[in-house]
Amino acid sequence: MNALVIDDSTAMRLILRGILQDLGFEVSVASDGLEGFEMLPQLAAKLNVILVDWNMPNMDGYAFLRQVRKDKAYRKIPVLMVTSESDIKKIQKAFAVGASEYLMKPFTAEALREKLELVGVLG
Amino acid sequence: MSLAPPNNSVTKMEFDFIRQFILERSGIALDANRMYLVESRLGPLARRRQLNGISEVVARLRAQRSGDLALAVVEAMTTNETSFFRDVHPFESLRTTLFPEIIQQKGRVDLWCAACSTGQEPYSIAMVASESFPQLLSQKKLKILATDLSTEVLEKARSGRYSQLEVNRGLPAQLLVKYFKRQGRDWHISDRLKDAIEFQQTNLLTVRVAQKMDIIFLRNVLIYFKEDNKRRVLTNIRQALRPGGYLFLGGAETILGLDAAFETVRIGRTLCYRLK
Ligand SMILES: C[S@@+](CC[C@H](N)C(=O)[O-])C[C@H]1O[C@@H](n2cnc3c(N)ncnc32)[C@H](O)[C@@H]1O
Repeated sequence: MNALVIDDSTAMRLILRGILQDLGFEVSVASDGLEGFEMLPQLAAKLNVILVDWNMPNMDGYAFLRQVRKDKAYRKIPVLMVTSESDIKKIQKAFAVGASEYLMKPFTAEALREKLELVGVLG
Repeated sequence: MSLAPPNNSVTKMEFDFIRQFILERSGIALDANRMYLVESRLGPLARRRQLNGISEVVARLRAQRSGDLALAVVEAMTTNETSFFRDVHPFESLRTTLFPEIIQQKGRVDLWCAACSTGQEPYSIAMVASESFPQLLSQKKLKILATDLSTEVLEKARSGRYSQLEVNRGLPAQLLVKYFKRQGRDWHISDRLKDAIEFQQTNLLTVRVAQKMDIIFLRNVLIYFKEDNKRRVLTNIRQALRPGGYLFLGGAETILGLDAAFETVRIGRTLCYRLK
């Protein structure tokens, strides 16, 4: 299984990568939405899930998600937003543009596993 | 002024005493390797009560085996771990199969969450109903009885308030924004869901439920009981279930060999038991 993690925090990329590897994923990382989007042509065919932060330089997670959902080649890839935004309006906004699930920071490894189950990439 | 911190490690003798005590009081058998659990649960309890570490807790229990401290120790030691939509599939089977079947048979559903802990399980069930069979809630045709031994977890369950860490776990975020309001750092569940649930304190070893249930959730609690107490609990549970009613256990639990009155049924990706 393959996952792409997009987060501008090095620490967060490490944490997410660690948990995902424990769950059996091969993990690619990008440090903002633009970099992540540019990696998609190479990765998309084998990608099972994308985890994306909201607030990042260059292209934020919201803009990234909109791009992904507009593109026929990427539209079906489950995208999990992993962010410290916990405003109800923000969460609704993310779903309105096609987020598959939404996880608020801080979170535990079990919480991430359960979200991956919910989007159907685990269990 | 310097105060030496009370010693919160537990001796073998103290651990054996606590184990025996918990077994007698709740029927729950702590694993022999759960010393850390005694330390992590009873250490804070000793501090809150300004007792001098676990040794003093044990000394007081030896002197008086019932009362306020005894209850607090039992509560602290019975694990309350839970999450929304735990294991997913049992809730799926309600939606796809059991709710439709029972609604067709009798127009209403009576369900018992027999060890509901802090309430995530009964609230998840109420959310399934609200999402897929809204008439169950609007016409008050779903009654969920939710019980637990611990008054502390029940108080929390009744309040319907959850931390961010708790709502992160297992709960689809679409349901979070639909059924919860944020207040400060907490999330409060809607009264509409609360209305379908009645919370009650009960001990599964002694409980008698007069009503006949269509479905009973008895998940992740049998694991704590020894064989003879498991039988006792199952007898009490069986008496509360109508013939043809369904029993759900936790993923690691089974009643095979314990009770021949049930047959195993597979619904989608979950196993449950039907009372013959
Ligand atoms: C691990 S939780 C299970 C919660 C939920 N059913 C789930 O599966 O997520 C176990 C619960 O059983 C309760 N319990 C333990 N012994 C009990 C007894 N004798 N009678 C009633 N409840 C009991 C504990 O207080 C605890 O809240």
